[in-house]
Amino acid sequence: MKTVNLKVKRFDPATRKSKFQDYQVEVDDSAAVLDAIIEVREYQDETLAVRCSCRSAICGSCAMRVNGHAKLACMTKVSSVSPNGETIVVEPLGNAEPVKDLVADMGPFWAKVKQVQPWLKPSLPAPDREYIAPQEAMQDLVGAVNCIMCGACVSDCTVLEVDKNFIGPAALAKAYRFVGDPRETQTARDERLSQLSKYGGIWDCTHCYECVQVCPKDVAPMERILDIRRAAVAAGFRDNNGTRHSDSFARSVKHTGSLDEFRLLPESLGLDDIAAQLKFVPTALRAIAKGKVPSPLHHKRPGAEHVTRIFDEMEKE
Amino acid sequence: MYQHDVLVIGAGLAGMRAAIEASRMGADVAVITKVHPVRSHSNAAQGGINAAMGGEGSDDTWELHAYDTVKGSDWLGDQDSIEVMAKEAPQDIFELEHMGVIFARDEFGRLATRAFGGASKQRTFYVGDITGQALLHVMYEQLLKAGMRVYEEWFVLSLIKEEGECAGAVAMNMMTGDIEVIRAKAVIMAAGGIGRVYEPSTNGLICTGDGMALAYRIGAPMMDMEMVQYHPTTLKGNGALLTEGARGEGAYLINKDGDRFMKKYAPNKMELASRDVVSRSEAIEIQEGRGVDGCVYLDCRHLGEKLIRQRLGQIAELALEFANVDIVKNPVPIRPGMHYIMGGIKTNADGASYVPGLFAAGECANVSIHGGNRLGANSLLETVVFGRRSGKAAVEFARSKAKPVRISETMLVEQQKAKIQKLMDQPYPGYTSARVRLEMGKIMDKHVSVFRTEQGMKEAGDTILRLMQQYHKLSVRDHGKVYNWNLFSTLELENMLDVAEATCMSALARKESRGAHSRLDFPDRNDKEWMKHTLVYKAEGGPKIDYLPVVITQWPPERRTY
Ligand SMILES: Cc1cc2nc3c(=O)[nH]c(=O)nc-3n(C[C@H](O)[C@H](O)[C@H](O)COP(=O)(O)OP(=O)(O)OC[C@H]3O[C@@H](n4cnc5c(N)ncnc54)[C@H](O)[C@@H]3O)c2cc1C
Repeated sequence: MKTVNLKVKRFDPATRKSKFQDYQVEVDDSAAVLDAIIEVREYQDETLAVRCSCRSAICGSCAMRVNGHAKLACMTKVSSVSPNGETIVVEPLGNAEPVKDLVADMGPFWAKVKQVQPWLKPSLPAPDREYIAPQEAMQDLVGAVNCIMCGACVSDCTVLEVDKNFIGPAALAKAYRFVGDPRETQTARDERLSQLSKYGGIWDCTHCYECVQVCPKDVAPMERILDIRRAAVAAGFRDNNGTRHSDSFARSVKHTGSLDEFRLLPESLGLDDIAAQLKFVPTALRAIAKGKVPSPLHHKRPGAEHVTRIFDEMEKE
Repeated sequence: MYQHDVLVIGAGLAGMRAAIEASRMGADVAVITKVHPVRSHSNAAQGGINAAMGGEGSDDTWELHAYDTVKGSDWLGDQDSIEVMAKEAPQDIFELEHMGVIFARDEFGRLATRAFGGASKQRTFYVGDITGQALLHVMYEQLLKAGMRVYEEWFVLSLIKEEGECAGAVAMNMMTGDIEVIRAKAVIMAAGGIGRVYEPSTNGLICTGDGMALAYRIGAPMMDMEMVQYHPTTLKGNGALLTEGARGEGAYLINKDGDRFMKKYAPNKMELASRDVVSRSEAIEIQEGRGVDGCVYLDCRHLGEKLIRQRLGQIAELALEFANVDIVKNPVPIRPGMHYIMGGIKTNADGASYVPGLFAAGECANVSIHGGNRLGANSLLETVVFGRRSGKAAVEFARSKAKPVRISETMLVEQQKAKIQKLMDQPYPGYTSARVRLEMGKIMDKHVSVFRTEQGMKEAGDTILRLMQQYHKLSVRDHGKVYNWNLFSTLELENMLDVAEATCMSALARKESRGAHSRLDFPDRNDKEWMKHTLVYKAEGGPKIDYLPVVITQWPPERRTY
């Protein structure tokens, strides 16, 4: 047995105010953070609210922030986050409104899952028996199907922090599960890729890796987002800022050996889309005032021809 | 007030499958659930789902599947229901596949199978070791596709009974604390198992027997409640389950001397004998001193890292997380642990209970597939086959009905309010509901478990009665409206105590050993007197026991060896 010091962020729905409350409980040496929380609510303070059920990392109920990062409380050992008896800080999931204590409002989360039309759209009529599909394709999807929709990735997503419109890592990983399914029809797949290429979709991820790090089931949502991007570009969905951005990036590096930051923004928005570019004028003016605008004169770096050669080799492959 | 043709209580596999069927038939149907649908405990199923598919290169038949199930049940399963399930299984598996389940494939891209306990052929379809999760999420996708009305995070407090028929439910919206009446012409109970009646259990904290208790209180009898399954491989530390799929893939059970002890108890099927048989064997090994620390071992080492990662990834993770054992390198300590209830609300093969208008499916129901012992991977199958059938039957029932009669809505709500207010007004008795639950769980695990005796079961029964008294003094100290766990857990305890009492009484009554009900004082199966179901009714002054014959179609009782 050992003593655990918990600092729990509590939200009172009546006053709509949050405060931290300290608890001290005795738990088994092998206990998880959730065990400590359950011990509190069962024997010390029955008013403490938390969602939890399976205690084996499959139901996805108990995602919360532990010492600042989203985790499944049931699979987070006390010993791993508090090796020397340090106080453990637990808070509800981020990027969500608290409902009561550790219970967060998952409504917006589920709304985004719905937004990607998360159901298989197979070719019809269905066969009498099963659809024939290669095991490798099914095995590849297991990675995404592993997702238990706990919301840890969404909690710590840095894009969602600033842009609520982003579909987010969980729903996009879910979308991959269909994009990558050989049973879907071509039309359904194209429709998905077209939808997902729009504002709020796959191109809004900034590759910060937070979702990959906090995912308790190794779903690696960001990798799935990149998988969808590749599929979208390959399927010809190139008319969007994201594709133009990565094209511009590649083009300047290929030909000059370094990034031409001055051209990056207009090229990403589309050189002929004057309206979109005009929207950025105020930002540009502020940047100029602060001396943050890259030089319009972009020079070729010495040895740039080697970079070009590497690009050519890769493109041949 | 809300109103629907069909109200489904529970959004696990059985409930969602029932709702989808009802909605396909054009009925106005709604689902109510105390947790978000994908948090339901069907998630936890790891191993797979059975069907005798036949087809190229297979000599499996529905008759073999049915026979294995009958034998697994120790001849307590109703053979008419078992036939229905075995015959319809393949079509339901194909349907799941069409819905999008990413079942494992063979080298031709067709559905692959793995071996499971108590089965004469390999017929278990699977998705790695996350079969339940894979199925549950797909079923939820179908629910979204159908645009179903879901009362999400609503807690059902009671069923409405009008003129002898079930006519809806009274429930609390957990996010607001409001109590609402939801009327329906037919209700399908699909509220899952009772795991928390025992401590420990492989079940989640939400498995509290609510559905059974709610039905029981309006007069629907439960059947064979003494049949409680102990799973042979639960983790030592927290009681988590390691799937039978591990043994299906070839893992061994060994004792402290490294012996595969199953050769003594089930020389033919070895580790893949029926669960009751394997659990008893383990218990004997441990009792006779050949265990370590109350456990024997599950040994996966010879399966190799690649197979373990691909097909048993989730249990490798569980063993590492919760027992600190790398199953690639070391055997993991396991023991029998409470896992499943074969008993439940008595229904026919269309899910109809004895109360008109009340249907039931899934773990809370007893359509009598599993009898005295459930075969692994038959339960997921039961949820989809009988979920579908009860969905259809409920719609047909609803269509035959004119407008329902109406007990005053205010009265229904006021009853519940009064009950809750009383819990909140009582002074703190010095113990919490969790303490009462723990004592109940421990005594059930001690005396109504793998081996049972008259004396032990009496002690358990007396304890439950005492705990019921204690329950009535409990105080709910959280007076808040929003997500009041204190209140729900207290109400759940009331449900669990009813179930525990019914289980004790049914077990005490059965004076023989059959399936999971193994009595040291009556060690043999007694077909002459006991080939019958135990029915238990709620009555003033304690449960009332009655009996019902077992339905035999083509498999008369035999000696059961593996
Ligand atoms: C660890 C584990 C592994 C298993 N492995 C397998 C396997 O490999 N193969 C197999 O065939 N079977 C397996 N089983 C058994 C099988 O998973 C279950 O029997 C089955 O999934 C039960 O499904 P269900 O739909 O009846 O109930 P559940 O999935 O438990 O759903 C119950 C629903 O009822 C709702 N509910 C309950 N009470 C209330 C209330 N008061 N108000 C509102 N809603 C309520 C809940 O919210 C939930 O949505 C396993 C079980 C466990 C525990």
